[in-house]
Parts: sequence; structure tokens; C-alpha cells
Amino acid sequence: MSRTTAAAPPAPDAAAAPAESWEELVTTALLGTDRRTPPGSAPGTGAPVVLLDAAAAATVRRRAGLRPARAAERPRPAAEDPRPPLPAAAARRLAMLLTDRRGGSATARRGTAPDLMELLPQWLAAANAHGYAPPPAVLPALLDAARGRTDLRPAALRFAGPRGLWLARLNPDWRYALRATPGGASAPPDPSDPEAVRRLWREGLFAERVALLTALRSRTPAAARELLASTWATERAEDRLMFLDSLRSGLGPDDEPFLEQALDDRSRNVRATAAELLSALPGSALAGRMAVRAGACVALDRTGDAPAIVVEAPHECDAGMQRDGVVAKAPAGRGERSWWLGQLVEAAPLAAWSRRLGGRTPGEIVALPVADGWQGELHAAWCRAAVRQRDPAWARALLGEPSAPEAGGPGAVSLAERAELLATLDAEERAAWVAGFIEKHGLSEAFQLLGVCAVPWAAPLGRAVVDALDIARDAGSYPWSFSGVMGLAERCLDPAEASRLEALLAVPDEPQDASPGAAGYWAEAFQRLVTTLRLRAAMLRELAPAEDRAPPGNPGTPRCPGPAQAQAQPELRIPPEIRTPPED
Amino acid sequence: MVGSSFGSMTSQGVRWTADQVLALAPDTASRKAGSRLGAAGPWTEAGSSGDGTLWGLCKGSGRTPYRTAVDLADASGPAYSCSCPSRKFPCKHALGLLLLWAGEDGAVPRREAPEWAREWIAGRRGRAESARAAAGTSGAPAGSADPEAAGRRAQRRAERVTAGATELEQRLADLLRGGLASAEQAGYGLWEETGARMVDAQAPGLAARVRELGAIPGTGPGWPVRLLEECALLHLLGQGWLHRDRLPEGLAATVRARVGLPVSAEGPPVRDSWLVLAQYDTADTRLTTRRIWLYGTESRHTALVLSYGAAGRAPELALPVGLALDAELSAYPGAGQRRAALGERFSAPAPTAARPAGTTTSDALARYGEALRDDPWLDAVPVTLDRVIPAPDGDSWQLADADEDAALPLTPAARSRPGLWRLVALSGGAPVTVFGECGHQGFTPLAAWPQGPGEVVPLC
Repeated sequence: MSRTTAAAPPAPDAAAAPAESWEELVTTALLGTDRRTPPGSAPGTGAPVVLLDAAAAATVRRRAGLRPARAAERPRPAAEDPRPPLPAAAARRLAMLLTDRRGGSATARRGTAPDLMELLPQWLAAANAHGYAPPPAVLPALLDAARGRTDLRPAALRFAGPRGLWLARLNPDWRYALRATPGGASAPPDPSDPEAVRRLWREGLFAERVALLTALRSRTPAAARELLASTWATERAEDRLMFLDSLRSGLGPDDEPFLEQALDDRSRNVRATAAELLSALPGSALAGRMAVRAGACVALDRTGDAPAIVVEAPHECDAGMQRDGVVAKAPAGRGERSWWLGQLVEAAPLAAWSRRLGGRTPGEIVALPVADGWQGELHAAWCRAAVRQRDPAWARALLGEPSAPEAGGPGAVSLAERAELLATLDAEERAAWVAGFIEKHGLSEAFQLLGVCAVPWAAPLGRAVVDALDIARDAGSYPWSFSGVMGLAERCLDPAEASRLEALLAVPDEPQDASPGAAGYWAEAFQRLVTTLRLRAAMLRELAPAEDRAPPGNPGTPRCPGPAQAQAQPELRIPPEIRTPPED
Repeated sequence: MVGSSFGSMTSQGVRWTADQVLALAPDTASRKAGSRLGAAGPWTEAGSSGDGTLWGLCKGSGRTPYRTAVDLADASGPAYSCSCPSRKFPCKHALGLLLLWAGEDGAVPRREAPEWAREWIAGRRGRAESARAAAGTSGAPAGSADPEAAGRRAQRRAERVTAGATELEQRLADLLRGGLASAEQAGYGLWEETGARMVDAQAPGLAARVRELGAIPGTGPGWPVRLLEECALLHLLGQGWLHRDRLPEGLAATVRARVGLPVSAEGPPVRDSWLVLAQYDTADTRLTTRRIWLYGTESRHTALVLSYGAAGRAPELALPVGLALDAELSAYPGAGQRRAALGERFSAPAPTAARPAGTTTSDALARYGEALRDDPWLDAVPVTLDRVIPAPDGDSWQLADADEDAALPLTPAARSRPGLWRLVALSGGAPVTVFGECGHQGFTPLAAWPQGPGEVVPLC
């Protein structure tokens, strides 16, 4: 109680400076009455009692006379949060989702109860879509949750709002919130105030500068580039790399001169990044040079029965290629020439191939046979190019028909590449392709592909997944072979599908060859799926503003926007809430 | 409807919050398990009557669902029934059912109770009724069949306590003769042994204080001051016991209670609408103690109800923070005594807009000082602070008056609790109303309210 000062009570009989006599009592007690006689006592056997009597009186007097301390500097009040408060039911739900946080025993059998923590990302996305303010008392639990799960942070911090940021400044455990926010402690400067922007760019910390550049880039790409160019020569190499990377968003033809100049940078990583960015601009000079180089390697051979592609990989990696970002040294176990070829094709604009290969469409080009076993190398490079240049026509061609037999097998295009190709298509087409894939090939390979589909899943996709789960159950295996997909379905199926699942809840008689007890476990897994869907529907309903909230008990589709719209980003990859790997 | 004589209609249509339900959980595992069952999925045929009973069938791992029922309307507190084999009380199914009811409009619709639920409610309410009737007729306190024998027992015990207090005085004198510096080297052993002697002397209050002395030398800078204070107060208590016949009756009762003699709540029952301000548990190796602070919205009196459980188990009494219950409290003997026993309850806890009346930090300390007159061994008094702002102060925090240059530092224990951050978040730098315990170690916040309208935020 360091700041609370003991003072004498106003009673006149206590006028003798009590603080001093208290010090004296403590000193005497420490040394012992054998060594030091307490004031007002004769030395001897009575001395300890005299000391204790005096100390007791002094203790009660000190406690009774306590006065408040001086007030420390009070924190500056948090900024007003103009958002409307969360509806009461939604506030209770959030508290419940956060209570489940410390669960996390991945080994325990999951039973029929939903995994509440896994619903938090969706809940946050929906609450943010409505633009609610959080109940302040829930902020510590929310900040703690986001501290442990980086994927939650953007949505959690947005929801936490100004009060959350204010709070994070007071607790070192939540410092991450300040790093994630531009300007940390202070608000980011208004991008329309060039003087403030330049000052922060000159004087700010690295994280502040990156945040500033990113924010500016998202509004006025050219201003961001010019800001970077103004200090480019004096930046450290690793900083140049990070700054250059922030030009990735809003990339356009205007950036070419700056990037072209960065191709001569001292740092190899900076050169490589500049080349990669330029190759994503099909009209750039670099793309043109790459088109010429790649075109020289790939030709149409009409001499055989049917036209075929022949490949003549480059024989050397000259200085010009290296300047344009081609890495000369192949990784261990790869031939140099195929390594160089892959890099050239990857960086060449896809549109150039149609001209080069007889005016064919991407589909026709992909269908052409490739001589001498070059198909794998060539198609893989085209996949990377389609992803980098975000070219849906090429992506579609390379993906092929979902029902094609080779689509399920170890074809030229890996599942990871397919997932990336799918990400270049629009949500509906993506869902339809994955649904087709699952109908033909089942669920065992589908996890990664499902990860790139928009949430909630479109109706055909959801039905394909449920049918496939039903088939897997009938096959008699245990449900935990599918726990990854099951977990995704809990989070991504449209809640409106819950009623269609009722039939799956019963425990059927086990077929002869089934694994023992599997039917019961499946019923349990489907039970959890239905429970989770109902919970999600309830969650969304609670978040709907009062006037258009559905009447209680109505299981209809909620009218508020789903989390998919809420978190739609230009770079839609695997949504954060489903980035958890399968459990087995 | 059976049990309509209870007049418990207030519980109708009133839902608790999830926090209030979770406060009923006997341990963390049940709390988690209950949370997972608080969704519609595993439940079928869930329903409620208008007067505070809930029931439902919960799908478990077996083929037959569990039958779960909760009676919130009973004036003696929530009652639970479940066909599951769990020995926890309430079990996760009962908690899940309550959470389902608390969480969602219409999740537990009002409907006719099934046969099995009706039977249970009728059965237990009937039993409760007859127990009340029995208690009403036999007014004499149970136990003291032979007042003479009881008197002899009390006499023998008082003699043993006197012997113990005398021995304790001797040990304190020895300690002060040799100096506190030597106590640092002696460590726990010295105090453990003396504590055991006080247990033998049937003075558990003295024993507990003695054991606490052992920990003081390890509490960092300033320990000699704290050790001298506690030694002196222990000496004061020993002297109080030895000279109890010369003390005023109120102080003598306080001394008897502090020494650890059995006391019972003898005060006249005070009926009020008691607002539950805070509930928290402290545990040692033998016992879990639950402290529940109640505020009489009419009497404006703040009272403490204690409930005990075996080590590691939750005490049976649980009251949801923020609700008010119409009930009678009887005070324990002793001047300025806050402790009371919960008597008859006339209704289940119900929401209320009432808040305790608040005061300033200076007045809070003045009240503590006043209270020491009746009970010099008091560590803290319950106080509601009005318009205070939590402010960081070096490594610690304080509650600063919004309108004066005065502040109360938080106690060391309060600094490390998660409730501190809920309080800070609630405030956001603006004044809040805070209920807590105010004493010589500082202030321990236990509940807070925003400046404007808003529900209570439990901090413990």
C-alpha cells in the first residue's frame, strides 16, 4: 500500500508523532527486546508485551487513519465507438463462444456437441458485416483469443474497435494489436495530407511505414509508388524487399518504369520480386522479352499425324535472362535446362501462346500432345502463369473437367496447384467444379479444394459433400477418416441445409462388413453437424438488426449477409476460418 | 399447478444470462461440457412451464436420451434432476439445458410438462413443503437436547482455548524477545508447529492466523512491518480472549468468532430484495469457501453469506450475480458483523435495475476506519465507489475519483486477476461504479457498472 499514507487520526491524544514511534517499534521488534528496550518500558520479561501492546494500538491507529493516495495520471478516455451496440442475445452468444476457448484438447473424442471456438471467425465476420460495437467487458477475452490465433486477428481487431485498441495499449500481452494497426499508438495520417504522409514516411518505424505504404497503395497506387521512389536509394535491402512487395496490390502498367529500374537492384531478392511483378503485367517490356524467350523454346510440330508441341529447352541462362529474374542455379536434383524453361514459361504472358500455337484457344492448347515427356514441366509452368496472371480461361483449361478420370489421380496438375487455379475462378464456378470433382472422386482428395470455396457453400456443392459423406458411411469406415471434411462442413455448409440432414441422424443397423460401432459414431458426427448448423443459423439470426430478425424457432435462411460476403477480399484464398489442417 | 402456494411467479419469463448459469457449475470441466450442450442439437422435447421449471431430453452416447429437469422457481434455490450417471451437481446436461434456455429466444418453448417431469416437480415440491411445515412447528433449535451437558462441553472448550491463547502469548513474547529477524531464519516450521498447537486447543481462528504469519517473511520488502502488525493483532486477539469478561458484549462476540468458536446466526430475520453483488471462491487444502455479497435494495445494508465445500468441490449455494432475490437474512453475532445466514427465500432470483448506493474513495477509507472500532481485526469492508476511473500507477493500478485528487490503490491480489482488465475495458477511461472490498491492503474490485444504463459486470 505504498501510495496510501498513514496519517494521525484527529484525536488529540494521538498527537505524539506516531510515524516516528512506529518506526521505533519496528526496529525494536526486528532486533528483539533483549537487545533494545522498547520506549516506555523497563528492560526484562515484561518488555515484549509492552512492545506488542504498543504495536497493536499503533497498527489499528495506522489502519483507521488511512487516507486516499494522490491520483495518478488518468488514462486518456478511449475514442467514442459510433457503432450500434450488439443485440443482447448476440452478446451472450459471444461470451459463450469465448468461454469455450480454453477447450482445445484435440485428442478427446468430439461427441455431438459443436466446436464453439471454430465458430468465432464466422461470428466475427458477421458482426463486422453488420457493424456492431462490442460490449466492452468482453474485450479482454477477445484480445486473448486473438493473441493465440493470428488468423483471428484482423476480424477480432476490427470488431474490438477503438476501445480494443485503447485497451491493448495498456497491456503488453496485447501489443500485437498495435503492430497490426497502422501507426500503432497514434492514428494513421490522413492520406490526403501529403505533409503528414511524408513526415511519417521519413520518421516512422518500419512497421508504421509498411502500414502507411499499404494504406496509401490501396487508395492511390501512384502516390504510394512515388513515395517509395523518393527514398528508394537510401533504404536497406531487406526493407526494399518488403516495400516492393506492398506494390503487389493495385499493380498496373504505370508501375513498369519503377519496377524495370529495380531489375538492376543490388539485392538479388529485390531483383527477383521486381521481375515477378513485371511478369504479372502482360504488357510490360519484361513480359515481352519473356514471351520471345519462351516462344523460342516451344513450337508446334505439324509433321506427324496430328499436331503436337515440341520443346527445346534453353541451352544457357544468359545475363539478360538473369536480369529478368531467371535464377541460373537449379535446385538439387533438377536439370538446369528444364529449370530455366519452367521459369521462362511461367513469366511469359499467356495470351502470347495462342498466336504462337496456331490461334488455338487455351483448351485446345492444353489438349495438344507434348513430345518427349515435356508435358509435365510445360503444364506446371502454365499453371503457375495462370495463377500469377489470374487468367480464368487458362485456369479452366488446365483444371479440365472435374469428372475426368485423371483429375482424381496423380496427374500433371497437383491438388495444391488445382486449389490455386480454382481461386482464379468466380465463386459459383469454383463451387460447381469442386462439386463435380466430389461426385466423381469422393472426399478423400477434396479437403484442399473445399478450402478455396466461398462460405457458405453453394447449394450444389453442399449437396455433393453431404451425399459423399452418406456414401462414406454406407461403406462402413469410421467417420474420423473424414474428420477434416466434417469439420469444414460444420463451418461452411449453408445452415439452411440442416433440415435435409435429419434423415442421417438415425443409427442404422450395421452392415456385416462395417467397422464395429461405426454407425453410432457416424450418427454422432452427423448430429454434431446438424447442431453446429443450427447454432450458426441462430448466431446469424441474433446478429440481425431487431426490425428484420426472423421470429424465434423459424429455421429459415438468415437474411443478413453471410460471412463469405463479409470477408470477400480481392485475394480470396483459403478463408482464414478454414485454414486449420485436417485432424488426421 | 403443483406448488403454486410458493408464490414464485416472478421467475416467469425471466431468463438468466449465460454467466449467471455458468456460475452454478461445480467445476471448470462441467462449465465447458455444459457450454457445449447449450445448443439446440442434442435436445429434443425441451420445454418450460410458466413458473420456472425446464425439462428436456438430451442425446448422449447411449440410445436412450437423458431426462433432464431443472426447477428454478423453488425458493430454496435451483434444483436439478437428470437420469445421467454423473455425480456432479448440477450435471452438464442440467447446465446445458439452462444455457439453451438462457441463450436463445424460443429455444425452450412453453408447453405442457411430460409425465416424468411433472412427477419430479410435484414430488420435490411436496417434500420441500412438508419440511417447511415441520420447521415451522418445531421452533426449538435442533441439537441441544441436554442444555446442561452442552454447557459443560462449552466450558471445557473455553478452558482449552484459554490454555492455547496463553501458550500463544508466551510464544509471541519469546519471538519479540529474540527479534523478528530470527523469524526469517526459522521459516515455516515454527509457525506450523504453533498452528498445530492452536488446532489442538480447539481455536481454529488462532491457528489460521498463526499459519499466515509463516508466509509473511517471504512476501518481499517491508515484511518486518507486516509481520509486526499481524503479531500485534494476534496478541490483541489473545488478550481479548483472556479478558473477554471485561469486554462489551458486541466486542466479546467478535473475539469469540475470531478465535474460532462455533457461532450461529441469531439475529432477527431481515426481509429485503437482496441484490447479488459478487460471488467468489477461495480455497485452501481442506476447504473451499464461497463468499457472496448481498445488498439490500431497501435497507441499503451490505451482507456477506458464506458457503463451504470440501476441497476441490464447489459449495452448494450459488446465487447469480446481478439478480435480486426476495429473502430473509439473519445476522451473526458480533458488533459491526457483516456475515449473515440466508433464511427463507420467497422467490427465485429475478433481474433488477437496482444498484448499490456509491460513495467516494475518502469516504470508503473512513468507513473502514469506523468499522475497525467494532472489529480491529477486520481486513476490509464492502464499499461501492461511485464515479471512479481505473488508472495505471507504476506496476499497479488504482481507482481514482473522477472529481477529486484522491485514489485507492488495488490490492496486490486484484492486480493479477483477469477481472482487472474487464474493469479497465468497461471504463475506457470514463468514470464507472465499482463494488469491492476496501481495506488496509487497498481495494479489491468485485463488480462494476457502466456510468449509463447497463448490466453489472462481474470482476471475480
